[in-house]
Amino acid sequence: MSTRLPIDPLSAQRSARAATHDKTVVTRPERCVACKSCELACAVEHSQSKTLFQAIHESPKPPRHIHVVSVAPYSYPARCVHCSEAACIAACPTGAMHRSADGLAVRCDHDRCIGCWMCVVTCPFGGVTANEASTKASKCDLCPERTDTGAEPACVAACPTKALVYQSPQTAAAARQNQAAQAATGCSSAPTPSGLEQLRNLKKAHRHG
Amino acid sequence: MANPNNHKQPPVEAALLQLADKRGLDTARTRLQVMSPQCGFGELGTCCRVCYMGPCRIDPFGDGPKTGICGLTPDGMVARNLLRDTVAGTASHVGHARHVLLALRDTLDGKAPYEIRGVDKALSLAKRFAVPTAGRAIEDICRDLVDIALQDFGRQDEGVNNWLHHRAPAQEQKLWQTLGLMYANPHNEIETAMHASSMGNDADPMTLMMRVLKMSLIDGWTGLTLCVDLQDILFGVPEITFTETSVGVLEPNQVNIAAHGHNPVLSEKILQWAEQLQDQARAAGAAGINVVGVCCTGNELSMRHGVRLAAHNSQTELILGTGAVDAMVVDIQCIWPQLAQVAKCFDTAFITTDEMVRIPGATHIPFEPHAADESAKRIVEVAIAAYQRRRDKPVDIPQLKSTAVTGLSVEAIVDLLSKLDPADPLAPLIDTVSAGDIFGFVGVVGCSSIKFRDGAMTEEMVIDLLRHDVLVLTTGCTAHICGQAGLMTSEATERYCGPGLQRALKLLGKAAGLPGPLPPVWHMGACVDNSRIVDLMATLAERMGLKVGQLPAVGSAPELVQEKAVSIGGSFLALGVSCHIAPAPRVLGGPEVTQLLTHDLQELTGAVVKVELDAHAAAEWMVEHIAAKRTALGL
Repeated sequence: MSTRLPIDPLSAQRSARAATHDKTVVTRPERCVACKSCELACAVEHSQSKTLFQAIHESPKPPRHIHVVSVAPYSYPARCVHCSEAACIAACPTGAMHRSADGLAVRCDHDRCIGCWMCVVTCPFGGVTANEASTKASKCDLCPERTDTGAEPACVAACPTKALVYQSPQTAAAARQNQAAQAATGCSSAPTPSGLEQLRNLKKAHRHG
Repeated sequence: MANPNNHKQPPVEAALLQLADKRGLDTARTRLQVMSPQCGFGELGTCCRVCYMGPCRIDPFGDGPKTGICGLTPDGMVARNLLRDTVAGTASHVGHARHVLLALRDTLDGKAPYEIRGVDKALSLAKRFAVPTAGRAIEDICRDLVDIALQDFGRQDEGVNNWLHHRAPAQEQKLWQTLGLMYANPHNEIETAMHASSMGNDADPMTLMMRVLKMSLIDGWTGLTLCVDLQDILFGVPEITFTETSVGVLEPNQVNIAAHGHNPVLSEKILQWAEQLQDQARAAGAAGINVVGVCCTGNELSMRHGVRLAAHNSQTELILGTGAVDAMVVDIQCIWPQLAQVAKCFDTAFITTDEMVRIPGATHIPFEPHAADESAKRIVEVAIAAYQRRRDKPVDIPQLKSTAVTGLSVEAIVDLLSKLDPADPLAPLIDTVSAGDIFGFVGVVGCSSIKFRDGAMTEEMVIDLLRHDVLVLTTGCTAHICGQAGLMTSEATERYCGPGLQRALKLLGKAAGLPGPLPPVWHMGACVDNSRIVDLMATLAERMGLKVGQLPAVGSAPELVQEKAVSIGGSFLALGVSCHIAPAPRVLGGPEVTQLLTHDLQELTGAVVKVELDAHAAAEWMVEHIAAKRTALGL
């Protein structure tokens, strides 16, 4: 035979993926302005048509796996963070909740999901929601159809302020270290507060009840 | 939702929300919760959906888009958006004024069943407009005034609008001339502003902001002032009277008709026909007909007839939860579509009347001045029929109400002051201001916002002002709020005011023949009646030889909701009167526009905007601002 097959047909693909895709969705909540573009983009990505104007008419309604939560004066895009040791996988009695072959994503196999919601109650991030329409656990799948082609997940691509970024935990940590270093040495002080900071400060002063 | 742990939540709000909970009604509070968090681009004013290359949004962190696709800067964007808000506010008031103008014209032509009840007002306006009066019938004098107003709506010259020219203080007109703010035809300016703010036109934030000021001037003089002048001619000038406020004014055994909206051309007729059909109501088993006022048409009826006030704007859906409102009849502005949904849960007839305000689920009974009597009679009959349906069903009316003094038109105030000094009525007021007994004035105006209601923003701020001897002049939904909080009573003067303000109000109360002092918060009418506040300040300034902006006076819209409050605020700014506002206007995404409004406007008109969401900090700023004005006057 002239054609040489690899021992594990997936291994080459997987190692290439590990090299280029050692990334996850990192949240920078201070940049979230609550526009909810991520929610819309997620729903469109998980729709049948993959276009906004058609997705809004689909039945069942496309799920969204990210939820912008209010913590006035801030907001936070809550979603699955794809834990390395995921409580939802440990709690799942049927093995529906599993790690993707490349090890990067936690996904739910709807054929095996029995809707017991153990994943919902054990997830400390609210990353799994109960999709009542289909009685299946609903969660972020890290947009495999996009990331397989090298694109960012839909929520990241849609985020206009880069509150959501697609990067490795190492890169994220380095950015935070840099930020902390600037703050600690007084190099980051902006001369005047931005409009957004002014708005947040006003809202901070407005607390009642 | 009612929150027993929130000690600031006003008792009326708590009672109404408890009722909604009990009845399982969805409320604006719950809808706000579902809507939250609200979009930061919208809040910052940096979302532009003017053209179809967009929608465009500016990244406030500077990483993403820095301009719109067309290249419009964030400042250009917020200024265009603010201009469009202001156009909407001004169009509302000019539209209302024009409606009243046409009703007056038709009345004079014998085509609408109204009469001239404000003869004195017509005569005093005739003097200002140099309309001859000697030996002339009042109808002819009014016809001349109508023609002068009508002329403004058709002209294409570059002259000065008649109502602005004859009604605004002369010194300020000179300033506006210098700033290029004068106008002739309000409709042309509304057109120009929409044109200038569309894609590919004015992109200069500073010229756009001057358009905002010009549009606000139109609101002030060809909106508010024109409207109120003509309403006073048709329905009479308000005189000091007593009323009651809050949901407790609904009566279980009467046909309750809630008049909601802004235009007394409708509500005056409803009131008249309610009186005429009392027997019909009694025949239906009711003890009578109880017309109550809601929102600003409620204020109109209260000012002129002492009609009791049931609810401010954000309570409109909540009072329907009593099951006791037999008909809510509405005209224009601030009518929530939700009302039709709540009315469906009860026997309430929710009646729209204006072709411009059509709401799914409502009963529409067209009302126009020509056939005013027929429509009003039909509306009252529909209310009586609704009462018959709910007659034996239980109702749940929270037993909360407060008394309030209302009807404080400028004429009524001057009349009261003339009892102290018939020769120079303003002298006693000026003396108390000079002595510091009245430290200053704040016009507290605008809406009732669910974002601030449960923290009692308006009440807390007003009480702070009273403690500092600041007299509060109020209109619109903030007037309802103050009335419900008992701030329009003699007791409030004794309970909240500093010693100086107490002294002044005791003197005035005695002159008015009241058993106690005059209340410290003066109910001056509906939101269009902000022109009464301006008139009072302009009269005072003229007598003192000052510009309005030099007076120890500030404006405040502590619970802004409607676009109308934006244009009203702008009209105060054009006069040189600084304004406090909450929540933040949608300009913070534009640093130059923010700087202009909060600082640099001082150089142009003498006024600045202060954004402050905390009631006490807001009051503190206003007191400091007034103190600075006093110092500048050597007081």
